[in-house]
Amino acid sequence: MHELKNADQKYAQLDEFIDALPEKDGALIMTLHKAQEIFGYLPAEVQNHVAHKLQIPASKVYGVVTFYSFFTTKPKGRFKINVCMGTACFVRDSQKVLDEITKELQIKVGENTPDGLFSLDALRCVGACGLAPVISVNGKVYGRVKPEDVRNIVEEHMSMGGNDDE
Amino acid sequence: MINITINNNPFQVEDGSTILDAAKKAGVHIPTLCHLDMHDFKMVNRVGTCRVCMVEVEGRRNLIPACSTVVAEGMVIRTNTIRAIKARRTIVELLLSNHPKDCLICERNQNCELQSLAAELGIREVKYQGYQSHHKKDTSSYSLIRNAEKCILCRRCETMCNEVQTVGVYSAVNRGFETVIGTAFDLPMIETACTFCGQCVSVCPTGALTLVDNTAEVWAAIYDPEKYVIVQTAPAIRAALGEVFQMPVGSRVTGKMTAALRRLGFDLVCDTDFAADLTIMEEANELLDRLKNNGTLPILTSCCPAWVKFIEHQFPDLLDIPSTCKSPHEMFGAIAKTHYAQKLGIDPEKIVVVSVMPCLAKKYEAARPELAYGKNSAYVDYVISTRELGSMIREAGITFADLPDEDFDSIMGESTGASVIFGTTGGVIEAALRTAVYWLTGEKLDKIDFEELRGMQGIRSATIDVQGTPVRIGIAHGLGNARALLEAVRGGEKYHAIEIMACPGGCVGGGGQPYHGNNIEIIKQRADALYQEDKDKSIRRSHENTEIQRLYEEFLETPGSHKAHELLHTTYTKREKI
Repeated sequence: MHELKNADQKYAQLDEFIDALPEKDGALIMTLHKAQEIFGYLPAEVQNHVAHKLQIPASKVYGVVTFYSFFTTKPKGRFKINVCMGTACFVRDSQKVLDEITKELQIKVGENTPDGLFSLDALRCVGACGLAPVISVNGKVYGRVKPEDVRNIVEEHMSMGGNDDE
Repeated sequence: MINITINNNPFQVEDGSTILDAAKKAGVHIPTLCHLDMHDFKMVNRVGTCRVCMVEVEGRRNLIPACSTVVAEGMVIRTNTIRAIKARRTIVELLLSNHPKDCLICERNQNCELQSLAAELGIREVKYQGYQSHHKKDTSSYSLIRNAEKCILCRRCETMCNEVQTVGVYSAVNRGFETVIGTAFDLPMIETACTFCGQCVSVCPTGALTLVDNTAEVWAAIYDPEKYVIVQTAPAIRAALGEVFQMPVGSRVTGKMTAALRRLGFDLVCDTDFAADLTIMEEANELLDRLKNNGTLPILTSCCPAWVKFIEHQFPDLLDIPSTCKSPHEMFGAIAKTHYAQKLGIDPEKIVVVSVMPCLAKKYEAARPELAYGKNSAYVDYVISTRELGSMIREAGITFADLPDEDFDSIMGESTGASVIFGTTGGVIEAALRTAVYWLTGEKLDKIDFEELRGMQGIRSATIDVQGTPVRIGIAHGLGNARALLEAVRGGEKYHAIEIMACPGGCVGGGGQPYHGNNIEIIKQRADALYQEDKDKSIRRSHENTEIQRLYEEFLETPGSHKAHELLHTTYTKREKI
């Protein structure tokens, strides 16, 4: 398991959120969103912490985390690349863009590069169909991406290296 | 009341009933699979996941599930139209398309709800050849095996574990075709807060949850000429074993069971009831000691290993209140391999103690390290359930119903009525009171039956007047009820003594008993059989058991003595809550 960085501070932040909830019943998904925002991912110990705070079985938390593809139990790369595979992007050849990224980074969907710099995921529609095909890197959207643009986008982030503001 | 029509016949049913309940009252059978209603035990699985109970309702375009649809005034229901029948068949065929077809060698063969349903619907081929899901079996525990490949996602185990027992080990994990009923972080069962009560196994309709079968080890011990094999049977076995051989529910088969055990080749056929009397001596003594010396109250019974594991995980702050008494079959093992080994002149290493229990948690309990006397030496070597004993008797070709009635051997075989009722909720505390009241007052009371402690209500309490001193008793069965009672205790509610059994109904409803088909009446009739056996015993108070009296004279000295503590008492461990 990966060591959690600044764990105490992050748990304090999460607890502050949970303690401020008006109602703990039915607050699981909301809490998991917050936890993933804070920790970047949801390792077992964070899920356990949530279970304990919300007083529900850890199995229930794990069930919800594994049900929704948004939640991840593994840490993501410093740069999270999402390729939109929604209908509009798909008909505009987002598959080819995805294939190109796979080739460039030598990782499959759901994986991280060994240096931890990039992670790659496919998702369904980011609501920017006018710009199809669309990819996003840490939330920044790139529109009308062609396979030949991929190398530039990757290199741009590589040069940012560890200087990312995250 | 509401007017409805089922299959062209008008009926009046209660407002709020489901179509399934209404049909049942009208004598119309609708097949079900995931549905399970054991109302008195708060076990109602009405998730509507399997869709086997689909019926037609006039004015509705789609078929609807009868188990989870409430009737409405004027509803016209048809349960057996060709459309409904075809839909049901398709659903079962789809379930079968992703189900292993190894029924012949499945533990649930001839006892499987999916198999029965396929037969009932006349399915002769599996039309859909789709993907087959593959999952590793979880064989990590001593008590139960999870085989997700045979799971039909009915969620009964989840409802039982989360809502009735409030242990919360199970949840649906992943989604779609990948869905399994699993544990948190896919932990092996042995690493979870599972109490091994086995109630999930009791309600599982298929072979997805089964017990760990220890019959092979027991057969091997019996046929090992070097070994002296002693068998002991828990009280609840005699009230249920007959069911395995199609005898009427509630048959008392104590004599036939003893005869069968002798024919299986056990060297000594003994009774855990003897050890239950011994437990009462120690536990009643502990209660009196705590009462007289301002000890921690309430005292909680500790016979039930699932309950013990539950309190270790869920209430680690309360571990000073359970009695330190080992459970009866462990006391038996400890006495068998010390005092009686010496008396019989047999090396304890050559003695094999086999417990026949209505329980799966006892399998786990026997492996607890603090209950062993050496690194590889446990006082109880093997635990088999009522179902496993039934299989052994069948394997041996013994015609159970025709057996004569025989008695237990005269060593560790005598028991009183008090010990017999250990097998049902309320029984242990009633047995303890019969002795404690006598010891407190020094006089033999006419009152033996404490009717106020009996019944199937989940949580019960009663105040017993002991020569002007009120003694408040609490009883819970089912771990959800136990949790509620313990929370009340933690909140300051005063009791002197509390009995807890993990399984709804007590041991008669244990996870190792013959499948009760989710019929609570069966559990009640088993309990009635035990109360009847108690009534028919000439001695009904544990301290009057002559073998027990002799055991103290010859070996243990007095209840609570140093020797008794060494052999008959135990310790508890704080555990994590996952």
